Amino acid sequence: MSTRPVAYLDHAATTPMLAEVVDVLTEQLRQPGNPSSLHGSGRAARRVVEESRESIAQDLHARPSDVVFTSGGTESDNLGVRGIFEARRAADPRRTRILAPAIEHHAVLDTAQWLAAHGDAKVEAVAVDAAGRLDIDDLRRRLETDPDDIALVTCMWANNEVGAVQPIAEIVAAAHAHDVPVHSDAVQAIGHVPVDFDAVGLDAMTITAHKIGGPVGVGALLVRREVEVAPQLHGGGQERQIRSGTLATAAIAAFATAVRLAVRRQPEQATRLEALRADLVRRATDAIAGVIVNGDPEPGADHRLPNIAHLGFPGCEGDSLLMLLDAQGVECSTGSACTAGVPQPSHVLLAMGRDEVIARGSLRFSLGHTSTQADVDAVIDVLPAAYERARAAGVTGAERT
Amino acid sequence: MRVIAAMSGGVDSAVAAARAVDAGHDVTGIHLALSRNPQSYRSGARGCCSIEDAGDARRAADVLGIPFYVWDLSERFHADVVEDFLSEYAAGRTPNPCMRCNERIKFEAVLDRAIALGFDAVVTGHYARLATGRGGEVELHRAVDDGKDQSYVLGVLTQEQLRHSMFPLGDTPKEQVRAEAAERGLAVADKPDSHDICFIADGDTAGFLRRELGAQPGAVVDTAGEPVGAHDGAYAFTVGQRRGLRLGRPAPDGKPRYVLDIEPVSGTVTVGPHEALEVRRLEGIRPRWCGDDGPNAPIEGAVQLRAHGAEHVATATVVDDRLIVELGEPATGVAPGQSVVVYDGTRVVGSATIASSAT
Repeated sequence: MSTRPVAYLDHAATTPMLAEVVDVLTEQLRQPGNPSSLHGSGRAARRVVEESRESIAQDLHARPSDVVFTSGGTESDNLGVRGIFEARRAADPRRTRILAPAIEHHAVLDTAQWLAAHGDAKVEAVAVDAAGRLDIDDLRRRLETDPDDIALVTCMWANNEVGAVQPIAEIVAAAHAHDVPVHSDAVQAIGHVPVDFDAVGLDAMTITAHKIGGPVGVGALLVRREVEVAPQLHGGGQERQIRSGTLATAAIAAFATAVRLAVRRQPEQATRLEALRADLVRRATDAIAGVIVNGDPEPGADHRLPNIAHLGFPGCEGDSLLMLLDAQGVECSTGSACTAGVPQPSHVLLAMGRDEVIARGSLRFSLGHTSTQADVDAVIDVLPAAYERARAAGVTGAERT
Repeated sequence: MRVIAAMSGGVDSAVAAARAVDAGHDVTGIHLALSRNPQSYRSGARGCCSIEDAGDARRAADVLGIPFYVWDLSERFHADVVEDFLSEYAAGRTPNPCMRCNERIKFEAVLDRAIALGFDAVVTGHYARLATGRGGEVELHRAVDDGKDQSYVLGVLTQEQLRHSMFPLGDTPKEQVRAEAAERGLAVADKPDSHDICFIADGDTAGFLRRELGAQPGAVVDTAGEPVGAHDGAYAFTVGQRRGLRLGRPAPDGKPRYVLDIEPVSGTVTVGPHEALEVRRLEGIRPRWCGDDGPNAPIEGAVQLRAHGAEHVATATVVDDRLIVELGEPATGVAPGQSVVVYDGTRVVGSATIASSAT
């Protein structure tokens, strides 16, 4: 069986590295020097790191000192949620509530739930609507109820499964009215919608390189200097004492290049991918009766990501369909990947009020910088027949005798 | 053929999949996720349901160069195997969950789904042989390795299921399978065999039943009906059991006592001497035949009453929808709920669930 895909439509899981990024990465990998060393090689490495920091800050509208480099999105989410929680709770022991919509990535949800299981944190699920968008009125009500007890609000910029873009500016305004800090996981947003850290007024924001054409293993938490963050890794005191560990110079330089290109190309790329997505959705819904489009139907940077089509296929298991498509070289996802490879019904779709059968029968097609019309054509070529076959195989559980 | 290889993460199913690849089939590896909470089932090398086992299966599939997926059958498994296991014990019977899993999960839920998805067969690492009979029927036979033979737990398969099954290990001794796994570079070559029930993580069946069914105190009586002890739940006992009876007084004759009978409604457990365990006749319900039809004449053959149990010379007759088995020599430890599998030589004729027995 071929291992080379005919069509890769899983860019939201990870997207191929940009050629320019590979060049920067391989060039930097040859350079000696620990950025914390005092000699010439160390200073040269430090210069690369600091220029990268300034570049990322400029592209995302933050101050260079806001940028704390990490190993990626999961670490940044852990640091943002747990670090702010612990610092806020230490300053005032009443602050134990974490407000988060149930559609958050597991890196956020499980961190919050860990704090609840191992301490006195209380996690509150802020309501979301059927399109996967946080209910701002529900958030306001929760904020108005004992705001002194709240440690933080965390809400992703854009959802990784259905692509719903969240009302971040409104969320921040509502929280700041009660002096509550806000963290946002913007991993899926960068490069697909405009992201302006300063303009929305976030206190902390998670970003990662590999979703935008950079290498896996590097990311950052943008966090304002005035926001206290309890360090989660202890050691050499790098990164404002918040995140110890030798700085990965080459990966950081490659990350900065990826951010620069993703942000610069974002308007043109969003237009191009939105057109491909629209074509994919239209032809899939034409070819297969009853297909459900999950997420916000409205296009635009305030509604949903331009690159994600999340489709529900009635009467079949998403993982049967995924397997049949994979056998023909069409690669997509049943939701967020799980380490055990066991597909769970998406917690995002369940939070949006979809029933479990539809949740299990949904697939995410996510486009990216290498996507072309030929990829969409390849999906449409094989999807109807694969769907018929997967539907014949039925839904496990529903076929129980 | 396009085949699904059910890969548990153990050495047998890995080699079975490898042999299917060698035979020229288009093989896709599938690991069955059977637990609703993977951490709660057995971990490490001892079972078949953990995340680590899924990882081992995935690595074997990588080595074989075949695609690999995990199928979540946890709901079906819970409904058809775990709940059945509990209700059988609650009713005073002794079920075999592996047979139930073969019948309902591996060769029904998985096979049905595989066929619907365009596959022709399921290949597993069971030690059993398939042969083509004179009439063109697929016959199920014992494996050549007596110590590993698993034809008993496959005795529930119908002709239709057997037609879509492949057991590539039936003609090979286990030691050779391990050696072959090592030669093929499969990391599971020296992984220990699994023995116990996969959904009971610590191997403590009585403890599992107590947790799930709750305490149901009852009396332990002798054959005269005299109380000789008490218990917290009759489900902790199996007919033929000797250990763990915790009887206060020894028997008058000083001989060991065995569980003879479990009465589920009152929870009364009857104990008595070994001789009282002997049965010569048993009756099975729910017969399943490996051939297209059940036998129309009494079978002068043999029966097996437990996995890895001894073979007993017997005559099996179908009367209405029941299987009547007359044993040549008395057998002991025959518990209702167990399966009786009927053999004609090495060939499996069929099976039934033991409902009652008599001396």
